[in-house]
Amino acid sequence: MTKPVNAIEVKGLKKYFGDNKAVDDIDLTVPSGVIYGVLGPNGAGKTTTINMLATLMKPDAGSAKVFGHDVVKEANAVRQLIGVTGQYASVDEKLSAIENLVIFGRLLGLSRSESKAKATELLEEFGLTEAAKRPLAKFSGGMRRRLDLAASLIAQPPLIFLDEPTTGLDPRTRNRMWDTIRRLVKNGSTILLTTQYLEEADQLADRIAVIDRGKVVAEGTPNELKKSIGAATLQLHISDAKRITEAAQTIKKVLGVDTQNPEPKLITAPMRDPDTVTDLLVAFKEVGIKLDEVSVQKPSLDEVFFALTGKTNSAKKGKK
Amino acid sequence: MATSTMIIPGEKRVVKNHTSLKQTIQNSLTMAGRGLIKVRRNPEQLFDVIIQPILFTLMFTYLFGGAIAGNVANYLPIIIPGILAQTIVTASVVTGTQLREDMDKGVFDRFKSLPIARIAPLAGALIADIVRYVIATGLTFCMGYIMGFRPEGGILSILAASLLVIAFAWCLSWIFAFFGVIARSASSVQGFSMIILFPLSFLSNAFVPVNTLPEWLQWFVNVNPISHLITAIRDLVNNGTIGVDFWLSIVGGLVILAIFVPLTVRAYMRKA
Repeated sequence: MTKPVNAIEVKGLKKYFGDNKAVDDIDLTVPSGVIYGVLGPNGAGKTTTINMLATLMKPDAGSAKVFGHDVVKEANAVRQLIGVTGQYASVDEKLSAIENLVIFGRLLGLSRSESKAKATELLEEFGLTEAAKRPLAKFSGGMRRRLDLAASLIAQPPLIFLDEPTTGLDPRTRNRMWDTIRRLVKNGSTILLTTQYLEEADQLADRIAVIDRGKVVAEGTPNELKKSIGAATLQLHISDAKRITEAAQTIKKVLGVDTQNPEPKLITAPMRDPDTVTDLLVAFKEVGIKLDEVSVQKPSLDEVFFALTGKTNSAKKGKK
Repeated sequence: MATSTMIIPGEKRVVKNHTSLKQTIQNSLTMAGRGLIKVRRNPEQLFDVIIQPILFTLMFTYLFGGAIAGNVANYLPIIIPGILAQTIVTASVVTGTQLREDMDKGVFDRFKSLPIARIAPLAGALIADIVRYVIATGLTFCMGYIMGFRPEGGILSILAASLLVIAFAWCLSWIFAFFGVIARSASSVQGFSMIILFPLSFLSNAFVPVNTLPEWLQWFVNVNPISHLITAIRDLVNNGTIGVDFWLSIVGGLVILAIFVPLTVRAYMRKA
């Protein structure tokens, strides 16, 4: 038995285009069998990073290893371990879906009949059987993206790069893509996924690296990232709007924090220690303030992103 | 679900960091096959090698036949080899423009990320284009035959001449492949190539006897490799002989290969 190797190990990776520091000293470690999210706005260096890891581009400095193989010195070995699905569908427009897959299969060393069988199987799995022989020019964005992903899976690679797999897809198609991605990991693949959608990273990724201007600004599980932003918020909906001031005073007395009331019946307070909530509820009962609803709001990744990069994630609003 | 078979983990896979010659040849042939499927899908890619032989043969034969050779029948042995060489030389430019178009597309990124021989997309394109030369050659001789061309050298000489002209075109296509690799866009390849090709193909002995030209032009026409190619074809199909021009054409082709294969491959590998 060989000991488990990290799927990706990146140290001090750099890529400059003239003055533009596209990737500026990035470190990443991606263990086997996880979905790893690389989150960042347009132009943060996500695609450049993937291009270097997928041997499409040579780094200016630093090292990157895929399952222990150097992406520059052992590029061809790395190519046998990866599947790449780019931001723009990398399939042949002039050929049909099945012709595309068969050619990729043949290039990967499958025989004519094996390639055909594999292509048919993948088209079936991705719901493209009916469109198999149609020229790609008539494919929708979602179909193209699915075909592109199918093409990356012919060799059943243990590591799959997905560069913004759902950008520009409608919500239903996006959810289907998410299901497919989750299924891939169940089968033992490791996935590195870039996205500008915080929700997507939150939904899919086991770990997230937030990058901005070519640097990793935060790394951790989605929960760790949210925690690093600070306390959760306690939200209390009280039954009687007239008693809101009294409720605020009670909270101040028990929790020792200032409150806000964004709506007539809603009162919010930062929650540092979940144990003290019990005391607060008991205090409310004693003074006779009735509650309609109690909830705890964790900070959203949107807030995490804003806190880390000092920018709103404009791409999200623009494209969704 | 069909692909529910478990993926073999990365560390347990046996990977190799070199591509064997056998794999290189297989990959190149697959890429050539891809080129042919594309031709089948877009037959208009063959317009130049279909229209030009038909149109030029008809046009130039009836236009110049009387003036240059007295009549059409006498002109055919002169003009058919000329048009053949011209058509096939122009056809070889497409290698460059199509290569450039291909390299600009997303699918090229996928080829780069696959564990295949780096050279395969280039080699495949060059191999697939041979089909174009075969079509152009066959059509030119057919047109000649329909118009009354009965070569003295017989069928074997026609085959030999075809092989020569196709081989020469293939050598020439390396020049345009090089432009294709280094150029910014397909249209710049096209434009640049035409500037070179027009003088080369028209300032030759393709259409008119060289001795009717001014002396300075005679000099150029006589050193022009296309003239040697045309003379070699004429020798073969009209007399069934292999003359000095045949060998000069072959040497010319080899010189092109010696210069442009290393240049093209090096420029290509830098981008691939």
